Amino acid sequence: MAQAFTKAMARNIFYGGSAFFFLLLLALTFQTEADFPNLDNRAALEGPMGAKITKGKQLWEENNCIGCHTLLGEGGYFAPELGNVYTRFGNSTDAIKGFIASRPENGIPGRRSMPQFHFSDEELTALAEFLKYVSEIKTARNWPPNIQG
Amino acid sequence: MKYKSQSVAKLYFIAAIALFVAQILFGLIMGLQYVMGDFLFPAIPFNVARMVHTNALIIWLLMAFMGAAYYLVPEEAETELFAPWLATLTFWIFLIAAGATVAGYLLLSYSELAKLTMNELLPTMGREFLEQPTITKLGIVVVVLSLLFNIGMTILKGRKTSINLILLLGLTGLAVFFLFSFYNPVNVVRDKYYWWWVVHLWVEGVWELILGAMLAFVLIKVTGVDREVIEKWLYIVIAMVLITGLIGTGHHYFWIGTPDYWLWWGSIFSAMEPIPFFMMTVFAFNMVNKRRREHPNKVATLWALGTAVMAFLGAGVWGFLHTLSPVNYYTHGTQITAAHGHMAFYGAYVMISLTMISYAMPLLRGRNAANPGKSQVLEMWSFWLMTVSMVFITLFLTGAGILQSYLQRISENPMPFMVVQDQISLFYWLREIAGLVFLIGLVLYVASFFVGQNEPEAAVAD
Ligand code: HEC
Ligand code: HEM
Ligand code: HEM
Ligand SMILES: [Fe+2]
Repeated sequence: MAQAFTKAMARNIFYGGSAFFFLLLLALTFQTEADFPNLDNRAALEGPMGAKITKGKQLWEENNCIGCHTLLGEGGYFAPELGNVYTRFGNSTDAIKGFIASRPENGIPGRRSMPQFHFSDEELTALAEFLKYVSEIKTARNWPPNIQG
Repeated sequence: MKYKSQSVAKLYFIAAIALFVAQILFGLIMGLQYVMGDFLFPAIPFNVARMVHTNALIIWLLMAFMGAAYYLVPEEAETELFAPWLATLTFWIFLIAAGATVAGYLLLSYSELAKLTMNELLPTMGREFLEQPTITKLGIVVVVLSLLFNIGMTILKGRKTSINLILLLGLTGLAVFFLFSFYNPVNVVRDKYYWWWVVHLWVEGVWELILGAMLAFVLIKVTGVDREVIEKWLYIVIAMVLITGLIGTGHHYFWIGTPDYWLWWGSIFSAMEPIPFFMMTVFAFNMVNKRRREHPNKVATLWALGTAVMAFLGAGVWGFLHTLSPVNYYTHGTQITAAHGHMAFYGAYVMISLTMISYAMPLLRGRNAANPGKSQVLEMWSFWLMTVSMVFITLFLTGAGILQSYLQRISENPMPFMVVQDQISLFYWLREIAGLVFLIGLVLYVASFFVGQNEPEAAVAD
């Protein structure tokens, strides 16, 4: 590097560059927030199922489902993607409820197993409605590429 | 060790290494669960092992960064730490909080832990990497604020070097962006959007400032190259980090319900993120080649060069592999992600932490410059075993990920997730074997602290 390029110049590029690109990130974030209402399925949250979905998200979090499953591609890679499980299960919340409710207490020998959480019917409905809500988020290019997630 | 108060760093380093061991043991448990699904089920379900593995990693890296800060700041500022007692107190608070949290994960079910810690008051639990109870998160904030206060005051009363300022800036950013972990809206898209302000803006933003400061510090010490030169490099590297990495956040805004324009912003800017990692590699090798002294701590230099190379491979090369949106469309959330996550975390943050520990620990233990030859040789063995096995873990997971993406997402007849996982189990077995070699490397690493301590050290060349 040429002598003419001093530490002070490098420092100024650092401060100036970071400040500029941080502001750009903020600007893009404002634009994104403005576009969210068309994409993020907030209508479902404001609709009649809103309270159920809220409860479902709480159950999702307090049982750490994300530790095994991905949701829209983020989470653990041990178990199936659940962002589109509602469509994979034939647009049926009952099928989702049935699956979660029927996990054997001690797992399935030799197979990756999902715990039995002992949810009440109301809780199962909340979780299933939450997963339905997520499946109706408009992802770019309709990700995931196919039904298998 | 030039200042008495630096000795507090030792506590942090020892705890960091202990948690590192725990992290790897749980990694091996999960690796086995990948191929023997019912292993330890239902006593330790996969998600619990994963929480222990990733949270132990984050906490021990934070411990190592803090230890590094308490060691490095007084030396750079040329004055004693402002309040050594506070640093000691903070350490015990942190250790107890971390221990209680891990105990909670293992002894209670996660929903019981959520109830016990009253998650409903301010729900923050149950999101990847941020699984800690809200109270633990608050504890982390307090611990980091105490660190910032302590080193901030030390810097104020002492010499102000670029390394100290950049480290302080990085740690401040770490605290600021962590605050987003308390924001958890019901709206899943917004939840995910701001979750990345913790995760991405940490590892591809402010943590790199911390990494840069630690690397620059050790390089000045072991090479004796002029501080002006090293600090100029450091500014260029971190300038490129933030110029590319801030908008680079967009590589996580492809498929989570965010607008289409992120496909472009994310791909273009994140594709430039390898540049600062490459510059760091060039920088480290340049400085070592231009060295003005032969420092007797050979193994610290080895770790420093290793960091530069492996961070570039793991973050730069393996990051680039899947960062363009047309590729990421198929690889998002597969074993490709896991492959990259492993090598990037190991190459950048694990290795820089071990670099710092390797440099500072002999001095903290009362030696003049370095460990005796015997101990250094053992540590070098552990360097190679851990690093090479991590390369293999990454390669096996990459193989698994390519097959997974193909069979599940690209081929004419996409197969279900569980069927695909069965098909690629050979790669998971190989990963587990590589993981066992990693463990052997780690055992040798720990052993290196206990051998040859009675022997004289190599001559100091300063
Ligand atoms: C310990 C890991 C683990 C946890 C925690 C977990 N799951 Fe699962 N889950 C699995 C596995 C493994 C499968 C695949 C089971 C099989 O095919 O036999 C699965 C399958 C499913 C399926 C069916 C997916 C499909 O496409 O076949 C649904 C729905 C589901 N889980 C929901 C949940 C919910 C909701 C939670 C949280 C309350 C949860 N899971 C927590 C491991 C887990
Ligand atoms: C220092 C070494 C290691 C580091 C830094 C590390 C880091 C990580 C990280 C960051 C994750 C989260 C991955 C993601 O979300 O992409 C993870 C998950 C995991 N790690 Fe490690 N790890 C290390 C060693 C190991 C070892 C030795 C093994 C076992 C052989 C292992 C097995 C796993 C498994 C099975 C997962 C879960 C992946 C999933 O979600 O399906 N790790 N590790
Ligand atoms: C040291 C720096 C880095 C670390 C520690 C790191 C770590 C990680 C981890 C742990 C994940 C998984 C997150 C999750 O669980 O969802 C991830 C995802 C990702 N990283 Fe990095 N990373 C680093 C740098 C980079 C760089 C420089 C690039 C690009 C060139 C990159 C590109 C990506 C992409 C595209 C994903 C998303 C993968 C997906 O779609 O599933 N990373 N990174
Ligand atoms: Fe990222």
